[in-house]
Amino acid sequence: MTIGDIINQLSPDSFSIEPDRDIEIKDVYVSDLLSDVMANAGEGSLWITLQTHINIVAVASMKNMPAVILVNGRKPEGETVQKAASEGIALFGTDMHAFELAGRLYNMLHG
Amino acid sequence: MDHTRKIDGRFNLVGGDFTNAGEASTQLKKILQLRGVKDSYIRRASIATFEAEMNVIIYTPAGILRYDVDDESIKITVEDMGPGIEDIDLAMQEGYSTAPEWVREMGWGAGMGLPNMKKNSDVFRIDSAPGEGTTVKMIIYLNKGEQS
Ligand SMILES: Nc1ncnc2c1ncn2[C@@H]1O[C@H](COP(=O)(O)OP(=O)(O)OP(=O)(O)O)[C@@H](O)[C@H]1O
Ligand SMILES: [Mg+2]
Repeated sequence: MTIGDIINQLSPDSFSIEPDRDIEIKDVYVSDLLSDVMANAGEGSLWITLQTHINIVAVASMKNMPAVILVNGRKPEGETVQKAASEGIALFGTDMHAFELAGRLYNMLHG
Repeated sequence: MDHTRKIDGRFNLVGGDFTNAGEASTQLKKILQLRGVKDSYIRRASIATFEAEMNVIIYTPAGILRYDVDDESIKITVEDMGPGIEDIDLAMQEGYSTAPEWVREMGWGAGMGLPNMKKNSDVFRIDSAPGEGTTVKMIIYLNKGEQS
């Protein structure tokens, strides 16, 4: 599954940079607890969360994550968008809630 | 870059400054990358540093983070002027947190920061007493074989 596949199949909103569509996503992590993400998310995975504030960018960059998807129609704060752009991290958003989005991505990865 | 050179630096951390949280760990990460330190060490150092930064930002008015890097190790010391910790064993337990509601709403306060610091360092030491602030010292040894 590539970032391009996700864009094509889920048409999420894009808030930050236009990401490289060829980036391969091998794992997805769902959590709203930042220390949990730092402890348990896989390197380079895609992160699903409803957190929208600037600290998610530092967490994502620490885990070399290419992209974060915000759920429940949440929009990132302005400073989050700027920071994500400067760190080269894509920020997506969707109206889906975490379960639905995770299910769709699970099927794309393993279905 | 000259790998044998020792590099050190310091950062002032300001309580409540969530916007600049992660600056110290980001800078340390860049320095380590320039030195060609292996990714796995960089990752551990960044996570440990970021968790330490966050605790100063959340629980204290101010603190200082220092790092010393040479060929052997990455040493990180974070000293704050906060309220101190009454029961360190309790604070070290995964899941224990006194973070206020608004901090929890941001996704902090899982009670995993101190355990994460310990897990990611080879030497972890915390000194704290009520009214006297908290000092966390962490060492990550380099070049001691493969580790991921
Ligand atoms: N520098 C500090 N000064 C005062 N109290 C601290 C400090 N660091 C940690 N504590 C206390 O120890 C508890 C546990 O800290 P820890 O970092 O493990 O978890 P947390 O900060 O509550 O949550 P998380 O790190 O998962 O976001 C804190 O809730 C707080 O009560
Ligand atoms: Mg913490």
